[in-house]
Amino acid sequence: MTDTVKGAAPAGEPILQVRNLVKHFPLTRGIVFQKQVGAVKAVDGISFDLHRGETLGIVGESGCGKSTVAKLLMNLERATSGEVFYKGEDITRLSGRALKAVRRNIQMVFQDPYTSLNPRMTVGDIIGEPFDIHPEVAPKGDRRKRVQELLDVVGLNPEYVNRYPHQFSGGQRQRIGIARGLALNPEIIICDEPVSALDVSVQAQVVNLMEKLQDEFGLSYIFIAHDLSIVRHISDRVGVMYLGRMAEIGTDAEIYEHPTHPYTQALLSAVPVPDPQAREQRAAGADSGAAAGRGRIILSGDVPSPADPPSGCRFRTRCWKAQDRCAQEQPLLAVPEVFRGSGTPAEHESACHFAEERATAEAA
Amino acid sequence: MTATDTMAGAPAPATATAPLLEVRDLHVEFHTRDGVARAVNGVNYSVNAGETLAVLGESGSGKSVTAQAIMGILDMPPGRIPQGEILFQGQDMLKMSAEARRKIRGRKIAMIFQDALSSLNPVLSVGYQLGEMFRVHQGLSRKAAKARSIELMDRVRIPGARARVNDYPHQFSGGMRQRIMIAMALALEPDLIIADEPTTALDVTVQAQVMDLLAELQRESTMGLILITHDLGVVADVADKIAVMYAGRIVENAPVHEIYRQPAHPYTKGLLQSIPRVDRKGQELYAIKGLPPNLLHVPAGCAFNPRCPMAQDVCRTDVPPLHTVGAGRGSACHFWKETLGD
Amino acid sequence: MPETTETTPAATTPATTAADTAATATAAGPVTPAGTATPEREKARSLWSDAWHDLSRKPMFYVSGLLILFLVVIAIWPGAIASGNPLACDLSKSQMGPTSGHPFGFDTQGCDVYTRTVYGARASVSVGIFSTVGVAVLGSLLGGLAGFFGGWWDAVLSRISDIFFGIPILLGGVVFLSVVKGGTVTTVSAFMILLGWPQIARIARGAVITAKQQDYVQAAKALGASNTRMLLRHIAPNALAPIIVVATIALGTYISLEATLSFLGVGLKPPAVSWGIDISQASDQIRNAPHMLLWPAGALSITVLAFIMLGDAVRDALDPKLR
Repeated sequence: MTDTVKGAAPAGEPILQVRNLVKHFPLTRGIVFQKQVGAVKAVDGISFDLHRGETLGIVGESGCGKSTVAKLLMNLERATSGEVFYKGEDITRLSGRALKAVRRNIQMVFQDPYTSLNPRMTVGDIIGEPFDIHPEVAPKGDRRKRVQELLDVVGLNPEYVNRYPHQFSGGQRQRIGIARGLALNPEIIICDEPVSALDVSVQAQVVNLMEKLQDEFGLSYIFIAHDLSIVRHISDRVGVMYLGRMAEIGTDAEIYEHPTHPYTQALLSAVPVPDPQAREQRAAGADSGAAAGRGRIILSGDVPSPADPPSGCRFRTRCWKAQDRCAQEQPLLAVPEVFRGSGTPAEHESACHFAEERATAEAA
Repeated sequence: MTATDTMAGAPAPATATAPLLEVRDLHVEFHTRDGVARAVNGVNYSVNAGETLAVLGESGSGKSVTAQAIMGILDMPPGRIPQGEILFQGQDMLKMSAEARRKIRGRKIAMIFQDALSSLNPVLSVGYQLGEMFRVHQGLSRKAAKARSIELMDRVRIPGARARVNDYPHQFSGGMRQRIMIAMALALEPDLIIADEPTTALDVTVQAQVMDLLAELQRESTMGLILITHDLGVVADVADKIAVMYAGRIVENAPVHEIYRQPAHPYTKGLLQSIPRVDRKGQELYAIKGLPPNLLHVPAGCAFNPRCPMAQDVCRTDVPPLHTVGAGRGSACHFWKETLGD
Repeated sequence: MPETTETTPAATTPATTAADTAATATAAGPVTPAGTATPEREKARSLWSDAWHDLSRKPMFYVSGLLILFLVVIAIWPGAIASGNPLACDLSKSQMGPTSGHPFGFDTQGCDVYTRTVYGARASVSVGIFSTVGVAVLGSLLGGLAGFFGGWWDAVLSRISDIFFGIPILLGGVVFLSVVKGGTVTTVSAFMILLGWPQIARIARGAVITAKQQDYVQAAKALGASNTRMLLRHIAPNALAPIIVVATIALGTYISLEATLSFLGVGLKPPAVSWGIDISQASDQIRNAPHMLLWPAGALSITVLAFIMLGDAVRDALDPKLR
């Protein structure tokens, strides 16, 4: 299923394989005797591969389920169904000792550096905690040294071990969180919006750090974010999620330059471009119809509730191409027939019955 | 730091069209238990009717505090305004009575906040809250006020306004709630709207809808708009001119096109350079080094000097004045010529 | 305001890239002026020591703290400031006003009001402390576990605490204590623990649920931490603050509740010495001998006030919203 990936494609073999992953949060009523009255379909059948050494970006708007995917991959939430294979083993079914062993290899960096560090612990204790939990990784006498090394690796003064999180700024805290994630020498790090809570001028520092660490330690990243430009910068491949499903997935160039799913197209066109000239171009484009230029697609309405998603294609309620077929038949994530074997960058997986490239005046 | 020197962004003072709002040498400080935080340190900016001024800055830059001072909703204490003038249609609002200011608030100057959910009362219907503006300020009857509310909801393009006028805030989505906030701000047809990060809490596609709406509403009237944001993309999309704030000062102001083409302050330049670009994929992002300043201990001289690649000795001792860079442009950098040059 | 609160806790180290971090550390804690402290010399300040620092600058803390210290001391050694015997009474001095050596006068039985007021502190303070400790331990244990594990255990416990909440405390006291027929410090404390635990349990449950959802607990789980570790290392220390605050304030109310029950005749009973008993006996003589009521009632009010003030000061120091 990754045969469409080419060119600057990931070198390694799949290290994580996600198959039909589903997470439904039951909606219950009643206090002592609860009965289920429905379900929030946060993640509803998602499949993708993560290759060794690559960064897979996952983008989508709030409520699309991207953070739930992170929690499922970390086993912080139990999947309703589906599998996540790490080295051939389905980690969604693991528990106890076996799960603990897997956790050494898959770690996470959280979004909010203010809530992800225990305010009552020193930085040394926070970064050293992985060693307390997995004593086999570092012998006791070694730990302080290891913690200081980690601080150094993420660009913090090793003297800071005895400080508390509230004595640091957001960017520094995120570095502490990254150091904790690195402590066990994991192979995969799942980053859930790792820079979105940071100040603009600090985001670039943290992105650079993460790229540097990837090269240094051969890490594979799943990089979940809503900032499309940062995802593009760091990712080898990008998946676009909408309402619990994957709408489109491909290399960064395929997704950003040749999107074939209408949602991806709308999402990309909605991103404000930090260039005032784009405004005039877009205004001109809008006048002569969207097809003429990079006209902005303004989607109508809001994302439907994941507790009651539309039938068929999830996006059809906001899609300008929607037809009867979209309501009846769920489009599968596959290379659309029109592009199959075409050899063009449009030949990548897209879950749309009417997938087509939007004529884009090449801006960059 | 004389007024004329710093007003590079405003039109020549002699012209007949005085700015709608003019902030002059505004200072705001907060007395905290750890000392005095100087959140705003001599800010000057102005907005004309029909114009959009974007105030760009990160957290702690003083951009929101300035707006709160203009609105008169600053918590005092701990806040204090030791110095400065806020001229609205030629009158200094800081010298007005509380009563006179209250009359301006809502009627002449309205504000849109980031968090629409907490700005709306959850136990009152949206129509009631909108109608309240008309009942209180214009003495309309309940029925007339409701009709006006529906009209307003139509104007901010809430689908099915007539049917939804009696709904409660939680029944609307984030984007729709922000529209209701905009409708409330528009209700009394103010001359100036201050929007504090109006789309930060919204998703990209919804953000586009809301910014589009704001721009369109402004086009229909002669309203001035102050847009406070940290998002360079949003600024480029809607602003006429920009004031970039750092550590409580304006470090650069300019018409929007020029600042993106050729920034005159190293901070602005750094921000623009750190935006990921397609042609630089795989390379390191440009990153401004260091951390945003702590307002309790703002560095001496130019507040940006510890993070600035161009800093010289003079930057560590002397606060740079806002040099005039061109027509309507200013930069608070000792080396603005060099910054522009390379 | 939001902008300043954001920046206050941040350290001012203008150093972030690996290269320049170690070199430039003009850092300073929020209090020391920039450039005067090096990170080595700077003391690491935990939230607890921050809270203590905060408390130590509050006059209210010192006033209430000293009062409470004084109360505890005389509760342990009442003889230190009152040489007489609270049960040595002389009917001939019934309801007499202050005389030399008996500054507060005498009560109906001819007992020395000063001595009785001093000795009365013991009953009040011990009921207060026993009840509070019991309530805090039982409540935070039950509430904390309910919050952490959730599920049916939580549902059952919440319903039980609702039931206890529904019992009017005075009515409950009258019924319970007249059935038990104890009238000692132990039975009164036991009753208060029985009816008081749901209050703390509710707070503890909420605090644990809040802490449980924090990312740092998720992070510990992601590292493979055990339940015990998450509870003891991450959740408990962070859930403790609200419990401490509520317990301190509750201590004051337990003391006044003891007095109320004793006043009603179902709490402590003579020959026990308690402010409640004395207030009860003085109340019908208020016109003839107001001094009998004034002293025990004053002592009770000041004691309750001291604990409530302390609770207030502690809350201000521990409230994370003010940081």
